[in-house]
Amino acid sequence: MDKKLEPIVKAVQDKFGATYEEFRDEVHLFVNPEQIVDALTLLRDEHNFELLSALTATDYWPQTAPRFHVIYQLTSLEKNLSVQIRVPVNGSSPKASTPERASGQCEPSRSIPTATGVYAVANWRERELLDMFGIEIDGHPDPRRILMPEDHVGHPLRKDYPLGYEEPQFTFNFDEIDLRKPYAKE
Amino acid sequence: MSQIEEVSIEKFKHLVSERALTGETMLLNMGPQHPSTHGVLRLLLELDGEIIVNCIPDIGFLHTGIEKNMEAKTYQKAEVMTDRLDYMNTMGNNLAYVIAVEKLVDLDVPVRAQGLRVILTELQRIASHLVWLGTSGLDLAAMSMFLYCFREREQILDIFELVSGQRMMTTYFRPGGVWRDVPVEFEKAVRDFIKIFPRRIDEYETLLTKNPLFIDRMVSIGYLSKEVALQYGVTGPILRASGVDWDLRKARPYSGYEQYDFNVPTRTEGDTYARYLVRIDELRESLKIVVQALNKLPLGPVRSENRKFVPPPRSEIGVSMESLIHHFKLWTEGFPAPKASIYSAVESPRGELGLMLEGDGGPKPLRVHLRTPSFDNLSVLPQIVKGHLVADLVAILASTDIVLGDIDR
Repeated sequence: MDKKLEPIVKAVQDKFGATYEEFRDEVHLFVNPEQIVDALTLLRDEHNFELLSALTATDYWPQTAPRFHVIYQLTSLEKNLSVQIRVPVNGSSPKASTPERASGQCEPSRSIPTATGVYAVANWRERELLDMFGIEIDGHPDPRRILMPEDHVGHPLRKDYPLGYEEPQFTFNFDEIDLRKPYAKE
Repeated sequence: MSQIEEVSIEKFKHLVSERALTGETMLLNMGPQHPSTHGVLRLLLELDGEIIVNCIPDIGFLHTGIEKNMEAKTYQKAEVMTDRLDYMNTMGNNLAYVIAVEKLVDLDVPVRAQGLRVILTELQRIASHLVWLGTSGLDLAAMSMFLYCFREREQILDIFELVSGQRMMTTYFRPGGVWRDVPVEFEKAVRDFIKIFPRRIDEYETLLTKNPLFIDRMVSIGYLSKEVALQYGVTGPILRASGVDWDLRKARPYSGYEQYDFNVPTRTEGDTYARYLVRIDELRESLKIVVQALNKLPLGPVRSENRKFVPPPRSEIGVSMESLIHHFKLWTEGFPAPKASIYSAVESPRGELGLMLEGDGGPKPLRVHLRTPSFDNLSVLPQIVKGHLVADLVAILASTDIVLGDIDR
């Protein structure tokens, strides 16, 4: 770990009881969902992490506790440091129209509070989380889908969402496949 | 014909002012097929006469699921997807990807490959800025700029074709080096470009920099303060035009950028004209790097010798059993990466191009996230266009240099 990063990691550990992992000189701090806004505010105001470089998530399906890690990559321009915060989120989102929701096997979900108040860039990035992973964001000012069409069902970057290949048509089954191809309807 | 649903204002109620609900201001749709949106971007504008009250960007028309697709491919095969991301910066995207893979599996890169990567990425930066300069000139009715810029860009694309066989979708950089060594004609082609290009930049400047019509459209239009820029995660030339000296090539050198002597142009005005000047200066700085890298370029291997990750050359396969096994394993199964996650970022012509790569111990990535600069650079647009005329929006949008392939992924 970078010498300059040590006191910062210690401060977050003391205040939020965070654990950390290190891999190839990168530090990943683990913080609970309730504490994330405070942790981001602390890092921004007291340790000069002015830039939220990336905000994304990873889906660990079929594991459900935690199912997701929401990832905040912070950069300090002044100190030239980076730190990553990971927030474990359990279960699937209750409002998501995914197969497990329909079959009633859905874990009680935990959503995360919005970081829009700390970094304005989180607005669009959290809409992307909502769209791609179906992670609920509490208090988001504009909770609409961002990349997929509004009426789309499902969340594409989830691991239980199929990639979706096109069936190859040959002469012997051309018409059969043609019938169920999703062409635009007249 | 099925009924076309009318878009109701209900969905956007929280984003527009109250005057829009009473019909006092007008909602106007700009794009997704408007020529000045540089692709398929839709802007919903709330207008008071000709003044913009609110601007709501609508993106996703070019969403192709690149992240999802990359997660279904092995590390070598996923690279071709990165070309399709920001189609003005293919070499830069390849570089971001290979650096991330090399960091994840801890792979060495020969010095010659590093030098080649720098030369080609900087040429790509010049090509990308030329497209920006040409198209933003076109948006502001400087038609001839477009033709001049594409003339020089063509020369760069010819160099890419020389080394990789492709003009745009290059996939030339590979984890552990580059695809193959450059042909002998490469040096002359780059030297020819270096010889003519400084004069050409001067030509562009005589056409635009002091042009009163151009200055009228650009100066003090679209002011973006340093604080707002950082809040919205803006990076690259736009951030530097707002007075923040932040360039990943200087701050966190990768691929041997620390050996080259270059400046990071910054301006403090933060307006559209400042962004123009920063990019023009970057053309000169990039050319400086190309010259130094070409003069320093050593001879030697261009691919790592680590056979666990880099396929052996064809000549070895016929004589060495080991090589045959490695070749077979690498192209059927791929190489495994550790169960860990890394984030690495490079400076693309548009800003910080970051890649979060998470391995699961197998040959395919568990998660690939592309932190693309245009996405964040566009999210600040509603803040900087408020109070400007619709005609100024075109100038501001041109100055943000967005690429829709980069935004929608």
